[in-house]
Amino acid sequence: MKVLSEKLFGGKQGAIGLAILSLLLFVVFPLWLDLFRLGLIGKYVTYAFVAISLVLLWGNGGILSLGQGMFFGLGGYCMAMFLKLEASDPISTKIQTTPGIPDFMDWNQLTALPWFWEPFKSLTLTILLVLIVPTLLAFIIGFAMFKRRVGGVYFAIITQAIALILSILIVGQQGYTGGVNGITDLKTMLGWDIRTDSAKYILYFANAGLLIACMLLARYILTSKFGMLLLAMRDKEERVRFSGYDVSNFKIFIFCIAAMISAIGGAMFTLQIGFMSPSFVGIVPSIEMVIFAAVGGRMSLIGAVYGTLLVNFGKTMFSETYPELWLFLMGGLFIAVVMFFPDGLAGVYEKYATKFNLTGKLSKLMIKFNKSASVTDELVGEKP
Amino acid sequence: MSSTDFVLAIEDLTVSFDGFKAVDALNMYIDNNELRVVIGPNGAGKTTVLDLICGKTKSTSGSIKFKNKELTKLPEHEIVRAGVGRKFQTPSIYENLTVYQNLEVSYPVGRSVWGSLTFKRTPEVIEQVHKIAAEVLLTEQLQMEAALLSHGQKQWLEIGMLLMQDPELLMLDEPVAGMSAKERDQTADLLNRICKNRSVLVIEHDMEFVKKIAHKVTVLHQGKILAEGPMEKVQADEKVIEVYLGH
Amino acid sequence: MFGYSMEEVGNIVVMQGFSGLSLFSVLLLMALGLAIIFGQMGVINMAHGEFMAVGAYTTVFLSKIAVSYDIVNSYFVFAIVAAFILAFFIGYFIEFLLIRHLYKRPLDTLLATWGLSLVMQQIFRSTFGAKEVSAELPEWLLGSFKPTEDIDIPINGVFVMGLALIVTVGVYLFMYRSRWGLRVRATMQNRVMAGAVGINTKKVDRLTFALGCGIAGVAGAAFTTIASTGPTTGSLYIVDSFMVVVFGGAASLMGTIASAFGIAQAQSILQFFMTSSMGKVATLMTIVIILMMRPEGLFASKVRK
Repeated sequence: MKVLSEKLFGGKQGAIGLAILSLLLFVVFPLWLDLFRLGLIGKYVTYAFVAISLVLLWGNGGILSLGQGMFFGLGGYCMAMFLKLEASDPISTKIQTTPGIPDFMDWNQLTALPWFWEPFKSLTLTILLVLIVPTLLAFIIGFAMFKRRVGGVYFAIITQAIALILSILIVGQQGYTGGVNGITDLKTMLGWDIRTDSAKYILYFANAGLLIACMLLARYILTSKFGMLLLAMRDKEERVRFSGYDVSNFKIFIFCIAAMISAIGGAMFTLQIGFMSPSFVGIVPSIEMVIFAAVGGRMSLIGAVYGTLLVNFGKTMFSETYPELWLFLMGGLFIAVVMFFPDGLAGVYEKYATKFNLTGKLSKLMIKFNKSASVTDELVGEKP
Repeated sequence: MSSTDFVLAIEDLTVSFDGFKAVDALNMYIDNNELRVVIGPNGAGKTTVLDLICGKTKSTSGSIKFKNKELTKLPEHEIVRAGVGRKFQTPSIYENLTVYQNLEVSYPVGRSVWGSLTFKRTPEVIEQVHKIAAEVLLTEQLQMEAALLSHGQKQWLEIGMLLMQDPELLMLDEPVAGMSAKERDQTADLLNRICKNRSVLVIEHDMEFVKKIAHKVTVLHQGKILAEGPMEKVQADEKVIEVYLGH
Repeated sequence: MFGYSMEEVGNIVVMQGFSGLSLFSVLLLMALGLAIIFGQMGVINMAHGEFMAVGAYTTVFLSKIAVSYDIVNSYFVFAIVAAFILAFFIGYFIEFLLIRHLYKRPLDTLLATWGLSLVMQQIFRSTFGAKEVSAELPEWLLGSFKPTEDIDIPINGVFVMGLALIVTVGVYLFMYRSRWGLRVRATMQNRVMAGAVGINTKKVDRLTFALGCGIAGVAGAAFTTIASTGPTTGSLYIVDSFMVVVFGGAASLMGTIASAFGIAQAQSILQFFMTSSMGKVATLMTIVIILMMRPEGLFASKVRK
């Protein structure tokens, strides 16, 4: 069955799948949904970056990271720091004790910009750092752990602990990070107002384009010999090692790539939603993102994107109408996927591809979602 | 003591686990193109010797020289790259991949991260996979998922994966376990064929099978060599009969 | 040091040390349960914190009854037993429903039990409300005694520690000195052989898991003496508890005790000198770094592979 799924989502079938997804993202959603709801889709799509990173890392490589949220968050924070500096020019912050630094620093009695904020004055450096900082952190963690052959549940627990550390650190260091509120009131990028309607459309398309690009990168990795080795390592790590491969290097590499892809999602989140907060860094978001991938199908890149979209539609729908039910549902989803659908939607799709009209069901869900999403609740729920 | 003529020279090799010496001052030399079989009762240290050679277990003292290259300090993948291949006791293959993919993954090109990303399925690769598949009698099953193979075929597939690497020393841990009589004969033929241009070290319990393949037999007992030589000589050895009664 | 005199520092260390002992006791009780479930069975139970909450809510609930019958001074011992029994049976049930299907997939167990923890949290919220609740403590648990002028030692802390030590000894006797413990250890080391010599391995699994959950329930009862309980209380302790178990070397009882002590003390003393969040960061960071150097934990035994 797993061989079948590879055939289904690679090659010609894979291309068709990707084309349908692109059609949805680039044509159907923008034409059909109003800007607010399109913005929600854009937000979900940023989570999909993390989901596909988990398909690489967990589905194919068998490495479960419970700290993907921290890479998403770091990417997002890097971008937010740039935007915040631009929003904190001396003129608009002249009422502060120290004009020219972000407002939360001023509230916390800081009188100068901390050194590590300096590089974020430049957009070029910022874009580089969005990619480098999370990847470097992943490299350090990966190097320390994989070289010592720590894997499986230990890796999961330790990445979770690191995500916890990072989120406590961000919350605790209010003066440097904006604390629990995160970095808010982001306005412009190089003078371009990111809050206007046209900017929102442009960012939505850029985001979707980047997602497709990341999926192509991931697909390339998975169809190369590297991808085959990932599956082989998941299955029989010793055999790979005794076939002359330095297993740890492969694991470090895929962990770094997964971190980088997640970070791109985080940076796009900041740009589209206009803030970044520690609530995307810690344990809960990290593990929720795993369930996005699991629902879609841990082995399938395209499945993971649909999984992310569906779970988040569900969340938006239920957390408004029946907030108490949502945790039950989410919990039940974790249990049900693991127990009954380990290959997620992609697995189900494979089984019932002919009987089950997936696109039909999807559009029904979309209509429901369209009706139930309400502007005010979403804003109240999201803004700190 | 130099040992230039031997493919593998093990000298004074000792490993102890919390004081228990699983392998005790072992000396063993293997020639070019030799097929050596190591036998011995359970717990004699046979598998541990293979573990030591391929780097899975680190020795306490002593040396293992492969073509005059010291192996004891090398990481596992370096030992493999030097030309040592090892089959595990239970067939260790990638069940989720096809037979073809199992063999191709073992092809010794593209072993670095970058190399594996840029690896191309050239005609030589395909040719080599088919050649080896024919050697281990799996041509028909090339597109089959490896999980679906019979136990004996899985053993062959693992041997095939090792042959893909074209190792100069091939180590096989109980290669005919769980095979039918016919499959054992086919495996014996296979081993006799493949030791033409490499040395092979086999651990085996099945004496009939050992007779068919062994050039020389080493008997291990409590981590030490009890006897060594041609099969007939070893079988007549008093000490061997004593520890091995019933086999 | 930080503008304190040496004597003050000494007093601070002693007092923070004692407040660390309360944290140590709760962490130890949590970790003992986890060490049994994770160390012996290899199961990652992310809902372990919620089993602690089960114990805590049981205690709170019983304390309300005790107040209405005016038996506040004597109910607490019963509450501990009730917390154990309830958590034990919920654990027994969960093993039957969920865990036993997932023994071969440890990472999936992790996700499924996380799902379970979400469900349990919502049950707590629906039943007891989102606000934190606290138990009516018997009088003999309140107050503190003063060995010297500047040192205050709260009695509830001492009580909780005593409880933790009793449970620890109990676990030790059970695992290493009883027939049942022998069966548990045999099953975990070689399931097939254990089955072959007539041990009902499925029953052993179920009881082992339930026992771990039961101990978490006791941890919950102990927890009510030092803090109030909310729906997400358990989740606050889960990472710390896992760190304790992993840091101590998963299957070592001594290691679990030592690492619970070290982590609780470090956190408690550092919290005084830094902010509370930075104390936690420093502690966790140290553990993670040590674990990266020594992945097998502090007290792991050497095993022939």
